Amino acid sequence: MIETPLTGNIKPGVSLDIKAYEAAGGYQGLRKALQQMTPPEVTTLVKESNLRGRGGAGFSTGMKWSFVPMNVEGPKYLICNADEMEPGTFKDRWLLEGNPHQLLEGMIISAYAIQATTSFVFLRWAYKKAAQEIRRAIAEAHAAGYLGQNILGTGFHLDMHLHTGVGRYMCGEETALLNSLEGKRAVPRAKPPFPQISGLFGKPTIVNNVETLCFIPHIVNKGAAWFQSLSRTGDGGTKIYGVSGRVNKPGAWELPMGVTMRELIEEHAGGMQHGYNFRGALPGGASTDFLTTAHMDVPMDFTSVAAAGSRLGTGTMVVLDDHTCPVGFVHNLEHFFAQESCGFCTPCREGLPWTEKILYALERGEGTEADLEQLDLHTRLLGPGNTFCALAPGAMEPLQSALKYFREDFEQHVHEKKCPYGNYTH
Amino acid sequence: MNKLLTDFLYMLTQTEISKIEHELQQVPVKKAAVIEALKIVQEERRWVSDENVDDIAALLGMSADEVDSVATFYNLIFRRPVGRHVILVCDSISCWVMGYEDLKQGLMDHLQIRYGQTTADGRFTLLPNACLGCCDHAPALMVDNDLYQDITPVMIKDILAKYK
Repeated sequence: MIETPLTGNIKPGVSLDIKAYEAAGGYQGLRKALQQMTPPEVTTLVKESNLRGRGGAGFSTGMKWSFVPMNVEGPKYLICNADEMEPGTFKDRWLLEGNPHQLLEGMIISAYAIQATTSFVFLRWAYKKAAQEIRRAIAEAHAAGYLGQNILGTGFHLDMHLHTGVGRYMCGEETALLNSLEGKRAVPRAKPPFPQISGLFGKPTIVNNVETLCFIPHIVNKGAAWFQSLSRTGDGGTKIYGVSGRVNKPGAWELPMGVTMRELIEEHAGGMQHGYNFRGALPGGASTDFLTTAHMDVPMDFTSVAAAGSRLGTGTMVVLDDHTCPVGFVHNLEHFFAQESCGFCTPCREGLPWTEKILYALERGEGTEADLEQLDLHTRLLGPGNTFCALAPGAMEPLQSALKYFREDFEQHVHEKKCPYGNYTH
Repeated sequence: MNKLLTDFLYMLTQTEISKIEHELQQVPVKKAAVIEALKIVQEERRWVSDENVDDIAALLGMSADEVDSVATFYNLIFRRPVGRHVILVCDSISCWVMGYEDLKQGLMDHLQIRYGQTTADGRFTLLPNACLGCCDHAPALMVDNDLYQDITPVMIKDILAKYK
């Protein structure tokens, strides 16, 4: 039996209320942390568990917390990034709708670890049901004494607010998220200073993903060694994986960190639909490099996927099948990135629409060999180090790997002067 | 709220003003409430007019241009009138793979409008939207606050019939 600490208690169509959550052992982690552990002990425990951020970057959560200065006067903030907007990603929705108290408990413990007194859930507008459940859960937690003044009689105080966004992918970038919470345009900030030192309203701030925060109560309850033991590989824990595209049973599953792409597609997603063959997949959302049939047995953890030339990202995979045009597929992605670029730095603002236009020209049969060279050039010019934030480099990951693995498709568009797949209606 | 400022405001209702003032109490600086203020106004009126922008600016001690720079950045603050119902069609990758192009065409044919337009009877505005986060049930769309998943073009008529 595979352990599923995050989702084991979630029943389809039901959102756990506080009674059901407590009956399943909920808020025991909070009691333990507040009553038996010092804030630095919580941070050390999370560091030892090797929990890596589930929002896409995979940075050590405990390490991130340890950069917060503990001896400064004034407010600190803990923010849950629930702006799930990476195309192909639908994992946090499950946790938010199904078990909101698990997230709240994780947030309260995390706030205690960094001694924050105010916390926010930054939720994307589209998650209407999640907003409803989180509002209810915050009210229930207040009534039960888990939020507000003197939590569990320990003197710790925490307020929690739900902020629902008004669109834009950029809000998921942590410094842009902070600007948005301050009522500004969601453009990224220069780093350093990092948010841990100077974040929301210039105060020390931690921003963590939903899935990351949901693990915290379980790590406090059961320990770092237990968390490590959930995983098949060096990166601790379980992971919520997802598969979408032309598979028989698209969905999301909580599985040991390090399952292979083959297991995900063949066992959990029920294999490819009849008549469709697997050509490749983005392992963790729109901004990750393609993996192909050669990578079917790569363990889907942060380290192994990076070694295979991609990123685990959000762990929710989008499958490219043999009836779908890889050029059209990448055009769709670059359309998204060009539209969502905040326009703050030039390479991204100018470069992404250009790549989108070239790809669209290829799809219409108007592409040339020189266009392919332009695309190659863009993958370098918009790559890491040339832009203000990770949006454009992320946008180049699927493009550069498509040019590498599906080059013959790009060339076919040029030579035949049309899209051989006929995917577009416009 | 002092009398002078109330007289100066063009058209925000007392309800909108009280809601915005409530938000102002939650934030350390007035500007931080601008997104909430825009949401409050849009909830009442479906969109945010130039006059509304001026009023929000006056309430928050910002310039109208500063408020507008925020309003126009976010795709779900509408600065032009929209219909009674807004249809947001997910145009991101999983939906595209699973039949978005046909769905889009079906909607445009049914409503006789293109993206960004509103039907002549003012009933629907049609807009594309980035990933709605239900990729395992693609293609998907939202009508106002309601999510519809696993949509095929033949389902369009019945879905839209619910919205008057």
